[in-house]
Amino acid sequence: MSTSDTASAPPPAPATPSRCVEIHHERGQHQVFCGLTGIIWLHRKIQDAFFLVVGSRTCAHLMQSAAGVMIFAEPRFGTAIIEDRDLAGLADAHRELDRVVTRLLERRPDIRMLFLVGSCPSEVIKLDLARAAERLSATFSPRVRVVDYTGSGLETSFTQGEDACLAALVPSLPATTDTTPSLLVVGTLADVVEDQFRRQFAALGIARVDFFPPRRSTELPAVGPATRFLLAQPFLRDTAQALERRGATHLPAPFPLGAEGTRGWLQAAADAFAVSPATFTAATAAAQDRAERALAHYRPQLAGKRVFLFPDSQLEPVLARFLARELGMTLVEVGTPFLHRAHLAADLALLEALPTTTRLTEGQDVDAQLDRCRAARPDLVVCGLGLANPLEAEGLTTKWSIELVFSPIHGFDQAGDLAELFARPLLRRQRLAL
Amino acid sequence: MQLTVWTYEGPPHVGALRIATAMQGVHYVLHAPQGDTYADLLFTMIERRPTRPPVSYTTFAARDLGGNTAEAFKRTARDAVARYAPQALLVGASCTGELIQDDPGGLARALGLSIPVIPLELSAYQRKENWGAAETFYQLVRTLVEPVLPSPATPRPPRAPGVAPSCNILGPAALGFRHRDDLVEVRRLLDALGIRVNVVAPEGATPADLARLPDADFNVVLYPEIASTAAAWLTRRAGQPATTTIPIGIGATREFVEEVARLAGVDPAPVLARLAGLPPRRRAGAAPLAPAHARLPWYSRSVDSTYLTGKRVFIFGDATHAIAAARMASEEFGFTVVGLGTYAREFARDVRAAAARYGLEALITDDYLEVEAKIAELHPELVLGTQMERHTAKRLGVPCAVISAPMHVQDFPARYAPQMGIEGANVIFDTWVHPLMMGLEEHLLTLFREDFEFHEAPSHLGAAARAPGAEAERAAESFAPSAATTASAPPDAAPSLPPSAAAAVSLTPPVAPAPASSDTLSWSSEAELELKKIPFFVRGKARRNTERYAREHGLALITVEDLYDAKAHFSR
Repeated sequence: MSTSDTASAPPPAPATPSRCVEIHHERGQHQVFCGLTGIIWLHRKIQDAFFLVVGSRTCAHLMQSAAGVMIFAEPRFGTAIIEDRDLAGLADAHRELDRVVTRLLERRPDIRMLFLVGSCPSEVIKLDLARAAERLSATFSPRVRVVDYTGSGLETSFTQGEDACLAALVPSLPATTDTTPSLLVVGTLADVVEDQFRRQFAALGIARVDFFPPRRSTELPAVGPATRFLLAQPFLRDTAQALERRGATHLPAPFPLGAEGTRGWLQAAADAFAVSPATFTAATAAAQDRAERALAHYRPQLAGKRVFLFPDSQLEPVLARFLARELGMTLVEVGTPFLHRAHLAADLALLEALPTTTRLTEGQDVDAQLDRCRAARPDLVVCGLGLANPLEAEGLTTKWSIELVFSPIHGFDQAGDLAELFARPLLRRQRLAL
Repeated sequence: MQLTVWTYEGPPHVGALRIATAMQGVHYVLHAPQGDTYADLLFTMIERRPTRPPVSYTTFAARDLGGNTAEAFKRTARDAVARYAPQALLVGASCTGELIQDDPGGLARALGLSIPVIPLELSAYQRKENWGAAETFYQLVRTLVEPVLPSPATPRPPRAPGVAPSCNILGPAALGFRHRDDLVEVRRLLDALGIRVNVVAPEGATPADLARLPDADFNVVLYPEIASTAAAWLTRRAGQPATTTIPIGIGATREFVEEVARLAGVDPAPVLARLAGLPPRRRAGAAPLAPAHARLPWYSRSVDSTYLTGKRVFIFGDATHAIAAARMASEEFGFTVVGLGTYAREFARDVRAAAARYGLEALITDDYLEVEAKIAELHPELVLGTQMERHTAKRLGVPCAVISAPMHVQDFPARYAPQMGIEGANVIFDTWVHPLMMGLEEHLLTLFREDFEFHEAPSHLGAAARAPGAEAERAAESFAPSAATTASAPPDAAPSLPPSAAAAVSLTPPVAPAPASSDTLSWSSEAELELKKIPFFVRGKARRNTERYAREHGLALITVEDLYDAKAHFSR
């Protein structure tokens, strides 16, 4: 049913399992969002797309609870709520879906791309959204392209929703046989960060750079054998595989969080495009220096503090690398919902260089993990909003992790901002005379 | 399938969670896929509870679907009981759990636990949050009270002489709209009447407390959406009468006090005196006004409130709050109720009956677009509704106050903010009048700066002009006269035009078929300018009335004279 089940085993990881970073696998209650929540930022990134969840009232309620503050806007997402009569027979469900989509597209003639987003209920009843997307694409072509992917909790956790969405888009990317290498940056980035990276790549002399996802569905980047791609986010396993199937080449790199990560990430592109060391230094030195200065500001507050990260977005190992190496924090435990060893090889190698024993946990058993967290009494806990206030009430300081997905944190000029996100709760605890 | 963007109620298992979270010593094992733990945030973030909700999710994933989901459920239930040692266990499924049909009730029974296990059948594809809460509370009460009751034929023994009358308070739950403070306020009323509170449930109650429910003489039902099923069962089975009046508003609180006093056999007079709300008379050396004193009656009678008379108000929410608000609006604020509705189909009959008292047909829907269309059509001057209506009202530029769930974090205030009882009425007076004062300020601004009138509500017009939906178009048309009457002009050009230019545009013949509502009518530039001198929040209604008048009198071009003829025609 899922692309993840059929996925080939990840290519052999360059980094062998570390003696310093102990990796544990855990099963039990997961305290994470499902992939539907990816819609919250994807619908803002791709401005002419609409995300229609085919699911239950629970799905609609989740979207509403997660996006409650954006309610003022006319949102570009909604839910087709499956009702009792839809469960009676599948043929009816398809007719119903056609009716709902027709009504929606009449109401929103500005929509150029419609995502049918699968949910747990739609998957359990085996509603064939791929066929529905094909059928509806034929009906509404050429005005609207209809694409399906799954954001269900059965298949995806939180940011994997973006992976599923982008992977579903890859087959729609125009093909190119151009042999001049071009660079594709994959993963949603804040607009301001995207613009910074564009300038940086231009300064490196890499002329042809595209970003995926694009800001409009009509601006899908072309892909072909000469395409080199950099992942901007660590949660894009299926998307990377889909791009490789289209002939594109992945450039292994650390993820561009912090000065070190950004430098390594840009370096990977520079190496692939044969940029001279002098050009690289000239293009990045000033920004890197700014990043170092911004980080120096937060190091005194964070150095030596013990941090515990609960699994949430797959960003955790990358954040841990940043917190430990650039801010001097001590890692107690680093949880991640899923660990893609090949994509994270560079970051893990940097982590392993640390003279510390850190528990790295893939998966979750939240009660057991909470026990470990309470026993360790870390100075800072990075966790979801379901755990944050209860842990604060127990006297622990927390940094709610979802913010890390919604904030511009990538690149040199956001390194200080990223550090500030972790420093703020500690500073607040100091300030409040309560 | 139902196309929805916002939903008034969550799924029924969220209602069950609200009961479990409200209580102590209850744990809920929910068979649900990974991701459904988002519901925890409702309690930890929106209500800011400092503890995790007492719920263990099985969080099964695709790889578990091969047949061991039942085993995962059993493991989760066993672990939860071992870890949290609850007095009673709720077991159930979320919408996806329901589809895979693992039968949590049967699986939990097979575990042979030593505590009561209450299986919940919540029909996620038919029912919603409030029903789920009511059903869960009923099942809990029934399971825990039945064993301690004498056989059904046994009459209830009379209260021993010298023992104070007692009651239970049923309904306050987690994530309830102002339940925390309503409870304090109602306790104050009962205290003042000399009535003892036996058990409050579900908020704060343990399963052992529920077993003591039959000890009280009667039940006070604060939120029928949650407690009426359980209360009806207690009436039938334990012989406890239940109150039917909801003490929101001065009149309703008075009736509530009388009803409670009658059930308890006590004198309501001392409490009723505090509800009279006479203007405060300070004598030298007298204590300041007691806090438990109704100020709404005097505030509403004072001349400052005269301008509230006949303000047209639209009311929407859960049935309890909507019905109470309609009565207050009409009898205690002197408003005119122009629309009344609810999303709670279970209570549709009550709301229809209430609406009939104001000569209205109730709007029963859970589709927020339908509510939005109704508000746009009715041109109210104030909307009393939920979080959704706040957004609709903001888009349409209508003042609004929140009277009912669903609500967001700002409606779980730190300050004391009941809706019920004496202080509740005081709170409501301030809350409802506040946005109107702002509306009046806007109005004054408009009167003397008519050139900039479109700047009053540029956002709603912009948003409406961009939204192609029928409802939104109607909203734009109703609230933006120039956009509707100048069908040929690009809609979002209108707001930026000075009045003269807008008027000029309106004289150009439409190139596209005009909307049905303005068919062959057009406005003279003078009339349109004159229309813009009418205060913003009643302008839409004035335009509609004038067009209706023109149509009835066969006029094609509306002049300034026609505008005033229509005004005289429709004046009351």
